[in-house]
Amino acid sequence: MLSVSGLSKVFDQQPVFSGFDLTVTRNRFAVLIGPSGCGKSTLFDVLTGVTAPDEGRILWQESEVAHLGDLAAYMHQKDLLLPWFSLLENSLLPSRTGGGDLKQARSRAMQLFSRLGLSGYEKYLPYQVSGGMRQRCALVRTLMFNRDLILLDEPLSALDAITRKRLQSLLLLLQSEFDRTLLMITHDVDEALLLADDLYLLSAKPMRIIEKIELHGDKPGRLNTPQLLAMKDMIMKRLEEDIDHDPC
Amino acid sequence: MTRANLLALAILILLLGLWEVACWMFTIPVFILPPPSIIMSTAVLKAPLILPHAMTTGLEIICGIALALAVAIPLAIGMFAFPWLEKALSPFLVTSQAIPVFALAPLLVVWLGYGMAGKILMAAIIIFFPITVSLLEGFKGCDHEFRVLFRLMGAGFWQTMRLLYWPWALPHFFAGLRVGVTVATIGAVIGEWVGAQSGLGFLMIQANARLKVDLVFAVILWLSLMGLALWYGVGWLEKKSIFWRNNQQILE
Repeated sequence: MLSVSGLSKVFDQQPVFSGFDLTVTRNRFAVLIGPSGCGKSTLFDVLTGVTAPDEGRILWQESEVAHLGDLAAYMHQKDLLLPWFSLLENSLLPSRTGGGDLKQARSRAMQLFSRLGLSGYEKYLPYQVSGGMRQRCALVRTLMFNRDLILLDEPLSALDAITRKRLQSLLLLLQSEFDRTLLMITHDVDEALLLADDLYLLSAKPMRIIEKIELHGDKPGRLNTPQLLAMKDMIMKRLEEDIDHDPC
Repeated sequence: MTRANLLALAILILLLGLWEVACWMFTIPVFILPPPSIIMSTAVLKAPLILPHAMTTGLEIICGIALALAVAIPLAIGMFAFPWLEKALSPFLVTSQAIPVFALAPLLVVWLGYGMAGKILMAAIIIFFPITVSLLEGFKGCDHEFRVLFRLMGAGFWQTMRLLYWPWALPHFFAGLRVGVTVATIGAVIGEWVGAQSGLGFLMIQANARLKVDLVFAVILWLSLMGLALWYGVGWLEKKSIFWRNNQQILE
């Protein structure tokens, strides 16, 4: 459904990636994992259209697009709720900016609010509710984009253990219940192993995919199985090996 | 009342008391330094005389602020939207600040006469810069992630401005406005000193020439109160506008 081929980007006369290929299948949870500073964020900037690639093509449902700016929704580790809007207004932002029937969007948002346990809090301002509720509200907003692909920019790495766990289960909900395709970038191996269906190991700069791993098994529960622990070791080694090659 | 407030009040009373006693003890003539009691009574008794002048000065300040806002807001938005515009204009802006604005006062009288226009312009020139700069800095301070979010939501520039950048920059805007309103008073008064037909600055010059020092002090008192009122007025407006910063309480 999303396919990227031959993507290249030079930044400060240094190739961040060249000839980068990636394919994400529908309704899968794809995770790109790589060392810090390998160029993941630049890839995201190119995908979202913040910066243009120097070369390469982005294909969406078989047809070429300049970027995914108006095809994907975006989620971040920070909830990115605007403090001057109520929870409901925040969740309605994508409908407001994207045009369309606001009344319909409103009733849909209300449904999602009740599905995610936010009923009764529609009129609250973000600072008046807990971090977990803010995240759920951010999730409602993500769903209100009405887009099949969701881009996750290191969504959980800076969070405390409890918040993180809560958000992880919300993300899995996105995939299982709301039928979304997810593409996440991270440098956290545990997180990647927990969430991914397709795991892509990235090299240091210039960034490329070293290996693609397909993961199976029950997602929330699988992390402590011996296979996964062995795989974690393997991934850590591969990532470290690659960093050792790279002087920086 | 807190301990700090109590101390402040005590210091104020002590200073005024010393002033009062010194004036009587050393029999300082009223036309050199009037005691606080006489200044207060002049400020109150001469209110019918002072009030119309205060209205003039107040109106000059308010119009000056309005004029400054009318220029500063579009300019800040323009410079934010087009970085090349900022690059082109910022040398002019900085240079304009290097000119001592008060030195322009006599020229403004020549160009715009003894009326209010010159004083309004003077106040506006002074406030305009801090507001423009703080607003621009506020726009630029908006987090990258929010911009990406709005980009992906397909929001255009004006929509993003209205929903994101403007509220984001409001605290900076008010910080600039607070600085602005206090110096605007100085601008208007100096404009009136140089040449006017009414206004508190005009009244001061008149009183000074006739050695009515108590009236000079009374006018200064009025000016200070007006400055305070402006300061708190802006503060109140800020609190109302930035409602999401009030009483940060967390449920659960």
